[in-house]
Amino acid sequence: MEEIVNLFHGFAVALQPFNIMVMLLGIVLGVIIGVLPGLGGANGVAILLPLTFSMPPTSAIIMLSCIYWGALFGGAITSILFNIPGEPWSVATTFDGYPMAQQGKAGEALTAAFTSSFVGALFAVIMITLVAPLVASFALQFGPAEKFAVYFLAFCSFVGLSKEPPFKTIAAMMMGFALAAVGLDSITGQLRLTFGFTHLLNGFDFLIAVIGLFGIGEILLTMEEGLAFKGGKAKIDLKVVLQTWKNLPKYWLTMLRSCFIGCWMGITPAGATPASFMSYGIAKRVSKNGNNFGKGEIEGVIAPETAAHAAGTAALLPMLSLGVPGSPTAAVLLGGLLIWGLQPGPMLFVEQKEFVWGLIASMYLGNLFGLIVVLTCVPIFAAILRVPFSIIAPLILVLCAIGAYSVHSSTFDVMMMLVFGVVGYLLKKCNYPLAPLVLAIVLGDKAEEAFRQSLLGSQGSLGIFFSNPLVSTIMVLGLIALFWSAIQEGITRLRGTRTAAA
Amino acid sequence: MTTNSSSAAGPKHRVVEAGIAVLIALFGVIVIIGSVKAGINWGAEGPRAGFFPFYIGIFIVVSSAINFWHGLRDGDDGLFAEWGQLRQVMSVVIPTAIYVGSMPFTGLYLASLIFIGYFMRWLGKYRWVTVLGVAFGMPIITYFIFERYFMVPLPKGPIEDWLGI
Repeated sequence: MEEIVNLFHGFAVALQPFNIMVMLLGIVLGVIIGVLPGLGGANGVAILLPLTFSMPPTSAIIMLSCIYWGALFGGAITSILFNIPGEPWSVATTFDGYPMAQQGKAGEALTAAFTSSFVGALFAVIMITLVAPLVASFALQFGPAEKFAVYFLAFCSFVGLSKEPPFKTIAAMMMGFALAAVGLDSITGQLRLTFGFTHLLNGFDFLIAVIGLFGIGEILLTMEEGLAFKGGKAKIDLKVVLQTWKNLPKYWLTMLRSCFIGCWMGITPAGATPASFMSYGIAKRVSKNGNNFGKGEIEGVIAPETAAHAAGTAALLPMLSLGVPGSPTAAVLLGGLLIWGLQPGPMLFVEQKEFVWGLIASMYLGNLFGLIVVLTCVPIFAAILRVPFSIIAPLILVLCAIGAYSVHSSTFDVMMMLVFGVVGYLLKKCNYPLAPLVLAIVLGDKAEEAFRQSLLGSQGSLGIFFSNPLVSTIMVLGLIALFWSAIQEGITRLRGTRTAAA
Repeated sequence: MTTNSSSAAGPKHRVVEAGIAVLIALFGVIVIIGSVKAGINWGAEGPRAGFFPFYIGIFIVVSSAINFWHGLRDGDDGLFAEWGQLRQVMSVVIPTAIYVGSMPFTGLYLASLIFIGYFMRWLGKYRWVTVLGVAFGMPIITYFIFERYFMVPLPKGPIEDWLGI
C-alpha cells in the first residue's frame, strides 16, 4: 500500500510543469539520437549528461531516462523505413518491419512497433513498481561479501549469456576493471597504475569511454560501410493507427511472452539486444504464421519490439535497487546518480524517496508521451535520416567532443575519447563485446572495494564468499551463469547420446 | 560484414585479430607491472593497492593468450576490411585527431568550424554556401544551448577572447 502512496507522490513530482517540459525535450532528443547512426542510447545519454549538471537531480534523471525511452522508440523508425537498425536492439525489427514497409504497410508496421514498445515498457515499469522496493529492502541487509557476490553474478551472466566468445568477453571486462583501477586507490589512498602521468591521477572516466567506444567507434564503422540512406516515405494517419490497434489484441500472447523474456533479460545484464532476438526466434517457432516471418509478418515486429523495450526498461530495476546496472545505458544513468551526489543502491529507496518515485512515475508518463510523440511526428524524424552522412558525421563528432570535454572541463579527456573510439572500432570489428567493458569501468571500484572489505573481514580467506546461505546462493548462481554455455552444451550432448542410444 | 571477394585487397581478419590479442595482452602486462609497483601483498590495512589489479592483469594476459590461439586456429580467413574502407575510416580519424589536438590552443568553436567545413567540403563535396551555413551555424547554436542556456563552459581560444565572449 505504501508503494501506491509513494507512486502518487512520484506522479506529483513528475507532473510539475518543468519536469513535463524536460520529459518532452528528453523524448524528442532521444528519438533523434535513436534515429541517427553513431548515436545510441548509451552515448547519447553520456553526451547530454553534462547538460543536466545545473538541474535538480530528479529533473535530470527524468530527462536522461526519457532520452533513453526516446532512443528505444527511435530505433524502430530506421529499422522499418530504411532497413537500417538505428540501435542494435532493433536489428530483429528489420526482419519483418522492412518487408512490411516495402509492401506499403509502413504505417501499420510503425504503429505496431511503437504500440508494442509501449506495452513492453509499461509491463516492465509495473514490475519495477512492485518488485524494486522489495529487492531494495532485501538488499539492505547485504554486507560486503553479498555485495561482491551480486557484482560477481552480474559479470558472470555477461560471460555466460553474451553471444561473443567467452574469453573475449572476459578480456573486455577485465580491461574495464583495469581501467577503473587506475588512479587513486579508494581504500589505501595510494596511487597506482599512473606511471607518473598526472592526467591519470583521477583514472579513466567511464563517460569518456562510453562516448568514445560507442559514439566515435560507431561512426568509424558507419564510415567503413559507406552507408547511403534510401528509404520509403513515412506517413501515419489516425485511420491506420486505429485499424492496427484493433488487430493488436490478437497478439496478446506474443506480447505477454515477449514482456517476460524482455524483463528477464533486462534484469540480468544481458540487455535488450539478445532479448529482442530471443523473442523473435521464439515467436517464429511458436506462431502459426511462423513461415511468414521474414516476409512482412506483423507478429515479427511485435515480438522483438516488445521484448527490447521491456528489457531496456527492466534494466533500471537492478540499477535502482542494487546499484548494478543491467545495460550500458543504465550504467551511464548510474554514473549520473554518482555525479549528482546520490548513492545508487538500496539506500536510495530509504533516503531519496522523492527521487526514486519521481523517476518511476516519469517512466509511466515518459513512455506514454513517447508513444504520442513518435506516432505523430514520424515523418519529421524520418526526414532527419535523409540528411547525408557527411553532414551528420562531423556534427556528431563535434557533439561527442563537447560531451567529452564538459564532463571534467578537460581537453585531455577529448583526446582520450578519440583513443577510445579507435579502440572501440577495432574491438567491435574483432567481435569483442563493449558493454561489459563499460560496466566494469563503472562498477570496478565498487566491486574491488566490496572484494577487499570481505577479504579483510575473513583475513584473506575466500571462504567468506560461501560463509552463509545467502552469499553462497548468489555465488553459485554466478558460477552457473559463468558456465552456462558449457552446461547447455553438456545437456544437449547428454540428450544427443540418449537419443542416439535409443 | 566484410566482403570475401578475392579481388579486394586488405589486411586479413586473422592477422588483425591476433594483433589485437597481443596488444590486449601487452596492456595486461602493463597492468601487472603497475600493480607490482603498488604492492600486491597484504599490508597493515589489508590487501594493498595492487592486489586486485594484479589478478585482473593476469586474467587479461591469460584470456588474450586463449583468444590469440583461437584466432590463429579457427579465425575467419576473410578480410578485416578492404584498403579502400580503411582509407575511409582514416579520413575520419586523422582530421578528428587534428581537431581534438588543436582544441586546447584554438578553443572548441574555431576548431569545430574548420572541422565541419573541411568534412563537408572535401568529403561531402557540398556547395560553399551550405558548407559555411552549417560550419558557422553549429558553433553558434552550440554556444547558445550550452553556454547560455545550460551554463556549461566550453574551451575558448584567442578568437573568443578577441570577440569578448
